[in-house]
Amino acid sequence: MKRRDSLKAIALTAISSGVLLQSCDANRKETAATPVKTSGIDRHPSELVRDQKLLAEKFFDDHEMNTIKVLIDIIIPKDETSGSATDAGVHDFIEFIVKDMPRHQLPMRGGLKWLDVQCLKRHNKTFIDSSSEQQLALVDEIAYPDKAKPEMKQGVTFFNLLRDLTATGFFTSQMGLKDLGYAGNTPNRWNGVPQDVLDQYGLYYDERTLKESVQWDTSE
Amino acid sequence: MPFQIKENSNQYDVCIVGSGAGGGMAAYVLTQAGLKVVVLEAGPWYDPAKNVTQLKWPWESLRRGAGTTFRPFGDFDAAYGGWEMEGEPYTRVPGTQFDWFRSRMLGGRTNHWGRISLRFGPKDFKGKSRDGLGEDWPIGYDDVAPYYDKVDDLIGVFGSKEGIPNEPDGKFLPPPKPRLHELIIKEAASKQNIPVIPSRLSILTKKINEDRGACFYCAQCNRGCTVYGDFSSSSCLIKPATKTNNLDVIVNAMVREVLTDESGKATGVSYLAKDDLQEYQIKAKVVVLAASACESARLLLNSKSKTHPNGLANSSNVVGKYLHDSTGAAIGGVLPKLFGRTRYNEDGVGGMHVYTPWWLDNKKLNFPRGYHIEYWGGMGMPGYGFGFGIQGLNGRFPDRNGTQKSGGGYGAALKDDYRYYWGANVGMAGRGEAIALESNYCEIDPNGTVDKFGIPVLRFNYKWSDHEVQQAKHMQETFQEMMHNMGAVITWGIAGPENNYGLEAPGRIIHEVGTTRMGNDPKRSVVNKFNQAHDCKNLFVVDGGPFVSQADKNPTWTILALSWRASDYIIEQFKQQNL
Repeated sequence: MKRRDSLKAIALTAISSGVLLQSCDANRKETAATPVKTSGIDRHPSELVRDQKLLAEKFFDDHEMNTIKVLIDIIIPKDETSGSATDAGVHDFIEFIVKDMPRHQLPMRGGLKWLDVQCLKRHNKTFIDSSSEQQLALVDEIAYPDKAKPEMKQGVTFFNLLRDLTATGFFTSQMGLKDLGYAGNTPNRWNGVPQDVLDQYGLYYDERTLKESVQWDTSE
Repeated sequence: MPFQIKENSNQYDVCIVGSGAGGGMAAYVLTQAGLKVVVLEAGPWYDPAKNVTQLKWPWESLRRGAGTTFRPFGDFDAAYGGWEMEGEPYTRVPGTQFDWFRSRMLGGRTNHWGRISLRFGPKDFKGKSRDGLGEDWPIGYDDVAPYYDKVDDLIGVFGSKEGIPNEPDGKFLPPPKPRLHELIIKEAASKQNIPVIPSRLSILTKKINEDRGACFYCAQCNRGCTVYGDFSSSSCLIKPATKTNNLDVIVNAMVREVLTDESGKATGVSYLAKDDLQEYQIKAKVVVLAASACESARLLLNSKSKTHPNGLANSSNVVGKYLHDSTGAAIGGVLPKLFGRTRYNEDGVGGMHVYTPWWLDNKKLNFPRGYHIEYWGGMGMPGYGFGFGIQGLNGRFPDRNGTQKSGGGYGAALKDDYRYYWGANVGMAGRGEAIALESNYCEIDPNGTVDKFGIPVLRFNYKWSDHEVQQAKHMQETFQEMMHNMGAVITWGIAGPENNYGLEAPGRIIHEVGTTRMGNDPKRSVVNKFNQAHDCKNLFVVDGGPFVSQADKNPTWTILALSWRASDYIIEQFKQQNL
């Protein structure tokens, strides 16, 4: 069954980075989010209970969330095709998914702190208070795993995770799906690969396949 | 309220435990024949037309379709259940592994299964005669073939007539044309003389009756189909059975044990109603177990009495033994020639349009039995996990503009990489036959563990043998060569002896069978060739438990055929007043 294998394919490892300073903890406030209607898909009662509980919790504090918003728009900015990650609500997805998958919590929280500590050491400012040039200079040092210096390893690990969550959040949003050009999830009649695509790859349906496969009267 | 056991005053001819493939088919056939039947289902009512996740978009799931403990195959998956269920544990003998998937709902695991509907072939019933391993079935293909035909007619399956001796053709609906990556796979496989033929799935490419609609190609069978265009026991068997007015279905009923009288005959079952947490008993002339191979074995072992001190139907001491699941190993990667591909709706049916049946001669191989190959790839709907690990792709292949970047990155160039690489993934998995061994078994946990209902739980003891490991090695080598031949780059799944060549843990393929195996010898088997317990003539088991061997096929079509056959036998025995 393919889903089983695709789940394995997307397994990711996250190494928790050391949390060095407590400087931002004062900003962390526990405020309950307004309960939101869960999804419109079939739910077992025990799932509804869990989803409501997760939605009522808040994980990231305001400073962390503001940092996430800056970072995810650096990862996926607005371009001529579609909007940015925050335009697509990716930050809300990230807030939910770390509550749903607690394994992401420490790598995310610790990674954000690591980032701030780097900025504090360099400019005596947090990441979001740093200039755009300073922000991008640091991102450049953690965004390319093969080029990054060993002492940036914790930042690379954090950025890999954040890039994954950002891409997933964006391209599973309505905006992202449209950008991608996904054309399915709608009733249709599958009548094979379009001819121009077959031609492009030098492929064709043999006579037996054409004869035996399901087909429809085009006048229907 | 004082604790008391309530008796259901209805008198039933047959009480069926479980509503999946085996229980659903028994309910369908027995009610059609006019017998009064009650089905007990441990989970809630479920109707794919009403409990809808089909045609929903990824953003309609809070977790964008990611799996949870509750739905390990994703948030849109139809099956309520998983390998771990709250309050319903199982244990394992240290150093052994078995993961037990349960689906507690009307229709059971037929609600999310891949609809792969393969017949066993003549060789599959006679394993021991072929290679000396395991045991032969007491029946052969000719005994089951008429029932496979009936199942094909009733439920519908697409496929192609190929004339492969051990992959018998059915009464097929026309198959869908292959997708792009499937054409590429087929072309590459021909270089290795590996056959790639239309898959055989129980999905209606043509309408077969007024109760069910035809497939509309959304690729979402695992979510349940609102028009009943694919097979699930809930929509295709239980629902029509209720129309006979001969069927009562009691949901949220967790069966505790099978009741017997002084003579040892079954008289009914006792169950806990999850809704009011009260204990109930139900009386019936015949009890049919279809709770899944391991759950039915558990029920028998938990049904001890003076007449059946070793558990019901277990004078042979075979109940729970010979547990076996299919082998599985998989590899995946990307087809660089598909980068930047043209967009179109490639959903197709829910699953692969082509597959590979077992094609080799074991006399030339170092392992017994075979495996089939399943394939996937293409422009499926994005969900949680989309884009993960892009640094492994965009540092390895040039981007749309021909620029070779360092892997990872950010910004507009990265954003375009996600578009560029989308739809180029491809993968394959083997599903093979394991040898049924007496040493692989489930038993009542000897340390006294109970579940939240107070029912003693199972302990598993399962270890793969070298037969399965060598089979997985062969899968690895075959898949790697095939990926090479199609120009694909493998990005995951390569494994060696240190991890059994990627062989999945027992239970992960969810084809577990064999725990109440059939046979002619009451000392070495639990049920006879009509799925009737040797020790208790009005007790039948019609799930995967009676399988003597699993073949390299998926078990569902054979469960359906054997349940129909057993039900015909029950009807005949009622007529002869033998029950």
